[in-house]
Amino acid sequence: MAEMWINMGPQHPMTHGLWNLRIKVDGETIVDAEPEIGYLHRGYEKIMEVREFQKNVVLTDRLCYVSSITWSHCYCLACEELMDIEAPPRGQYLRVITNELQRIASHLMWLAAYGPDLGLLTALLWALRERELFLDLLQLITGARMNQNFPRIGGVRNDMPSDFGKYCRKIIAHFRKKLEEHEALFEQSKIFQMRTIGVGKISRQEAVDFGVTGPNLRATGANLDLRKLDPYDAYPDLNFEPIVAYEGDSYARYKVRMEEMKLSCDLIEQALDRIPDGPYRVKPPRRAEGEAFRRTEDSRGEALFYVIGDGDDRPYRVKIRSPVFSNIFAAPIMMRGNKLADVVAIMGSIDVCVGEMDK
Amino acid sequence: MSGHLIDLYGWSGALASFVLWLLSLPFELLNWIALQTGAQKPGPLVGFIDWLAGPDLTALVALIVAITIVLLWATAFHLLIIMWIERKMYSRLQDRRGIMIGLGSVEILRNTIGRIPILGAPFRRPSHLGTGFLQTVADGVKLFQKEVITPEKADKWMFHTAPVIIAASTLLLFVAIPWSDGFWLMGSIENGRPVNPLGILFILAAFSIAPLGILIAGWASNNKYTLIGGMRAAAQLMSYEIPMLLCIIALVVFAGTLDPFELVRKQTAPFSLGPVQISFLPNWYVFNPFLWIAFVVVFVTVIAEAERIPFDIPEAEAELVEGWTTEYSGMRFGIVFGFKWLRALAGAALISILFLGGWSGPVFATFMVPNMAAAGQMYPVPILPQEFWFTLRIYLIFVVFVWIGWSVPRVRIDQILNIGWKRLVPLSLLSILLAALARGAWWS
Repeated sequence: MAEMWINMGPQHPMTHGLWNLRIKVDGETIVDAEPEIGYLHRGYEKIMEVREFQKNVVLTDRLCYVSSITWSHCYCLACEELMDIEAPPRGQYLRVITNELQRIASHLMWLAAYGPDLGLLTALLWALRERELFLDLLQLITGARMNQNFPRIGGVRNDMPSDFGKYCRKIIAHFRKKLEEHEALFEQSKIFQMRTIGVGKISRQEAVDFGVTGPNLRATGANLDLRKLDPYDAYPDLNFEPIVAYEGDSYARYKVRMEEMKLSCDLIEQALDRIPDGPYRVKPPRRAEGEAFRRTEDSRGEALFYVIGDGDDRPYRVKIRSPVFSNIFAAPIMMRGNKLADVVAIMGSIDVCVGEMDK
Repeated sequence: MSGHLIDLYGWSGALASFVLWLLSLPFELLNWIALQTGAQKPGPLVGFIDWLAGPDLTALVALIVAITIVLLWATAFHLLIIMWIERKMYSRLQDRRGIMIGLGSVEILRNTIGRIPILGAPFRRPSHLGTGFLQTVADGVKLFQKEVITPEKADKWMFHTAPVIIAASTLLLFVAIPWSDGFWLMGSIENGRPVNPLGILFILAAFSIAPLGILIAGWASNNKYTLIGGMRAAAQLMSYEIPMLLCIIALVVFAGTLDPFELVRKQTAPFSLGPVQISFLPNWYVFNPFLWIAFVVVFVTVIAEAERIPFDIPEAEAELVEGWTTEYSGMRFGIVFGFKWLRALAGAALISILFLGGWSGPVFATFMVPNMAAAGQMYPVPILPQEFWFTLRIYLIFVVFVWIGWSVPRVRIDQILNIGWKRLVPLSLLSILLAALARGAWWS
């Protein structure tokens, strides 16, 4: 069969969002791939220039609709750097707790999408069932399930309820047991191993060259976790080791995310043990001048906000660095030489969120 | 084991006489008019009337009625039930309840029959507490209402022919599959017993027509997804037919017949294999150490032939949208999608006939029913008829299909062909060897 281009997207079950992956196939073998993005561009960086610093939090929430808190958290950290203030310790711990809850919820959403990608629809329902518990926890602390609008410049919006720790520990203990079921559903299935082991390989050097970050980079053997490497908030107080796998294939990326969920559970429990009393928020100044940036470990990789203030009460310029934007352009490297059906096995393991990619 | 729940022969005889009477009415009228106008001699019109009411047309009408009954039994009854079974079953695997639309969801029934004090109770149930059986009916009605869209650059004739080929070849399967000793279409009666010497061969031949329709559908839609899906389907179905045929050859070598009735009769006795006699075990070929490899291979290939997960790569909705069915809409889509279930059903029936004893089952008690064809004769009919045992087996096999299908991901095209050619074909050759050895030892 002659080579031909196939458009997978913008409306396609594989995309999990609004983007287009053009694939050149020779029969069933992928010769080349070409991501096309921009369908969901909303001009975030420009909108943020006309809104006050504090009011931008609600916008950054909507950057990624399955990982809101990590994004607004990153923005708040950048603004705090710009305004030269620091959140009080209780606020920092609350940020860590909500961040990790959000990370688990986000990874569960990834797991829920990865199952149907490979034809295992049961995984979708199971993962969403578990995600519901974490959304309940987030609702308990923030009042919302999706766009929480919780972090604030200078802390967090509100304190946690007095019985939050009790519920949190209960759900985490329950979740640890359920996660074993998920691992059984995936890893003990020979077909899942056939579909993912050795598929979508990328070397550490290539991953670094393309700016791949987050679980996708750690799956290639790079021990690069910003929570450890460039710590922020209460992360220096917590004991943990970043999760690393070495194969660089889809199975390694899957494994890293599954282990990260367990790590997040540990982090939440540690943070609940050590959370100090006191205020959870300081009042930030309305105006700021200068420039600052802050990078954090988002659920999908390195999120970065670069904020410039010109002494006004709104930023002069905001630059957002999205991890998916870089990760997705390493996909052609992973895909070449694989089969057409591996497109979903690879793109699913990269964990695409178009909202943050197109900004 | 000689029960006749529905004696098609008797039924068709009665129906034929009724149809004959109906047909004769207008000709009686014509005759009467002809007599009134004074034409006393028999003319060409009278001869035409005689031919119409003669045995040829009666036999044709009887055959059409019988075919309609069997096909309605397969499509309208079993298709709806297995769709419901699948949707309820995978919903339970996914920790949810699944479809819940019931009689209480139909407003007109709720407001009329539901108002009757005691009898209307099932019609008063809230729509979220129903059994969900009406959902499949509602989906069918929905598909009927949808517009049939033909892609502009599609090969229109082939595009609309493909669903017909698929549907017709699937219905051919049900023409050949017997449901019991008495409920069958294809075959004849010799020495008081039904025989169909080449029934299994016909079923396998009908199974292998569908890939042609799928390939045509994939090509004619003029869409890259359907093209890839159609090519995948052709590669997969053709490479899985070979181990299936080889394993059935093993069974035929062992049993010495291609007759489904004879196969079931052989499996009805207590287990016996050469010197080994086990009285409590039925003589099903799945228990036979020489044939269980063939059973496993046939089971896997039937899953592949029915395009079910893990072998549903022709429609792989994650990468190919809906595979070769992508461009079909309305009831065209309903046909190509629903008839995949029917092929799974036919595959389950085939497995049941070949390895699991067909419709044999315990007769707890019998009761007598009058024969419709011959007045005064009575049939003994078991309380649990053969059709019940056959249907039960089919549904249980189908439940295993569903169970497998919703707990594993799908495999890749190259892996699927590897499994077919490197695993299943050698296994089926091995099972032929084993069956030949058993046959050589006069153990069959």
